[in-house]
Amino acid sequence: MIYADNAATTKMSEAAVQTMISVINENYGNPSSLYSIGQRAKEILEEARKTVAEAIGAEPQEILFTSGGSEADNQAIRSMAEEGRKKGRTHIVSSAFEHHAVLHTLEKLKKEGFEVTLLDVHEDGLVHPEEVEAAIREDTCLVTVMFANNEIGTVQPIREIGAVCRKLGVPFHTDAVQAVGHIPVNVKEDQVDLLSASAHKFHGPKGVGFLYARKGIRLTNLIEGGAQERGKRAGTENVPGIAAMAAALKEAVGNLERNAALLTARRDQLIEGLGKIPHSALNGDAKRRLPGNVNFCFEGIEGESLLLLLDDKGIEASSGSACTSGSLDPSHVLLAIGRVHDVAHGSLRLSIGEDLSEDDAAYIIRSVSEVVEYLRSFSPIWRDLEAGKKEHIL
Amino acid sequence: MALYSEKVMEHFRNPRNVGVIEDANGIGEVGNAKCGDIMKMYLKIENDVIQDVKFETFGCGSAIASSSMATELIKGKPVAEAEKLTNQAVAEALDGLPAYKMHCSVLAEEAIHAALEDWRSREKQS
Repeated sequence: MIYADNAATTKMSEAAVQTMISVINENYGNPSSLYSIGQRAKEILEEARKTVAEAIGAEPQEILFTSGGSEADNQAIRSMAEEGRKKGRTHIVSSAFEHHAVLHTLEKLKKEGFEVTLLDVHEDGLVHPEEVEAAIREDTCLVTVMFANNEIGTVQPIREIGAVCRKLGVPFHTDAVQAVGHIPVNVKEDQVDLLSASAHKFHGPKGVGFLYARKGIRLTNLIEGGAQERGKRAGTENVPGIAAMAAALKEAVGNLERNAALLTARRDQLIEGLGKIPHSALNGDAKRRLPGNVNFCFEGIEGESLLLLLDDKGIEASSGSACTSGSLDPSHVLLAIGRVHDVAHGSLRLSIGEDLSEDDAAYIIRSVSEVVEYLRSFSPIWRDLEAGKKEHIL
Repeated sequence: MALYSEKVMEHFRNPRNVGVIEDANGIGEVGNAKCGDIMKMYLKIENDVIQDVKFETFGCGSAIASSSMATELIKGKPVAEAEKLTNQAVAEALDGLPAYKMHCSVLAEEAIHAALEDWRSREKQS
């Protein structure tokens, strides 16, 4: 079985698993308790905070632990909206292909009177810093642009956007869920004010993540209650999960260059091989993308049937087709980069792991080619395209 | 519990009656690429009996399985019987479809009816 859906979730690393088990068994105290087992849990918590902060170039007190990326996105955006509202600034700039945790939070804010500008992401899946600058107004209270897109993997010019926002005095948040642990992230150098991350994307456990908020940024609580996380996020801390997340992140950042090199080679091998399938296209810039992400459209076929047949062949991947999204529309990301519906339905996302061998990659290429050919053999759309009744798009 | 029943997976992996009928006398195409499902049915009807039926589908697992099952249900049957085909019959024959996939069985029913309608209008002309 070749697991090629790491963008959806990753297997926990051995170190993360062992850390989690040992904390569960030996350090089950509540960090807010004053006796020794409680204090030991508190030490572990703060040690984890230090580790996470170091991994992204932040200070420990700038890290807030959450239940994952979605919560961090919600808290970051709501906090800046709240600050903005107090100052009469109710305009937010974001991009057309953010994760739904960002987009739906923005939708809700629109209903509460905020104005949202969604920037074009162009055919190559990249936001242009000049366009961010042009969109910022006097009443802009937040810019939120994701570090790397989860579907097509394109890596945004975060440092340039950070510079623009800092220059114009607008808080800058980035949903870095797909980037942290995979590509270099340094909040000081990138001039990022808020950042969201999620453990299960970098071999940590599900249900835990963190929000980085630069010293001086005022956060608004999503969850009221006890005084945990400096009063900004109530609830007894998920110490085992947090400790495991820190262990996973430390490992990922330590191996970052090595992993990126391995993955990039396999990724490019896949892009080259899949590109040989007729009437196919890579989604998003070929180079400015995550080391493990490959996303293709194949004309004339539908994504879910492609995935099911690949599953039969032992390859686990995902797609941006409507059938896999549970709605009538294919992925908003593919539509945002200009793919028409017909073509967007026939998409395949492979997010490979560091353990993928050259032979495995070759097997993936062969299998996808076979399945695409098979599905095309009884597709009325393909028949019309080949007969010249419709024009090929790809 | 898996997404699809064994029957659906069987019809998806080994669809029956796939292809075209060159001298079909009833052809129906329904759906649109915009919503991600297109089915095309080819019928060869003689003596008011469906002598042969073939299909082509662009769509998901349940779309392919539904069209395959629909062709099985009407092959060799009199037109009068084929006309009574419902999407529920297709879904039941497949041991059920997830609720949000039922529209695939509806599309299969519509494709068959469209093909029969085409045959009827051709008969009227001749």
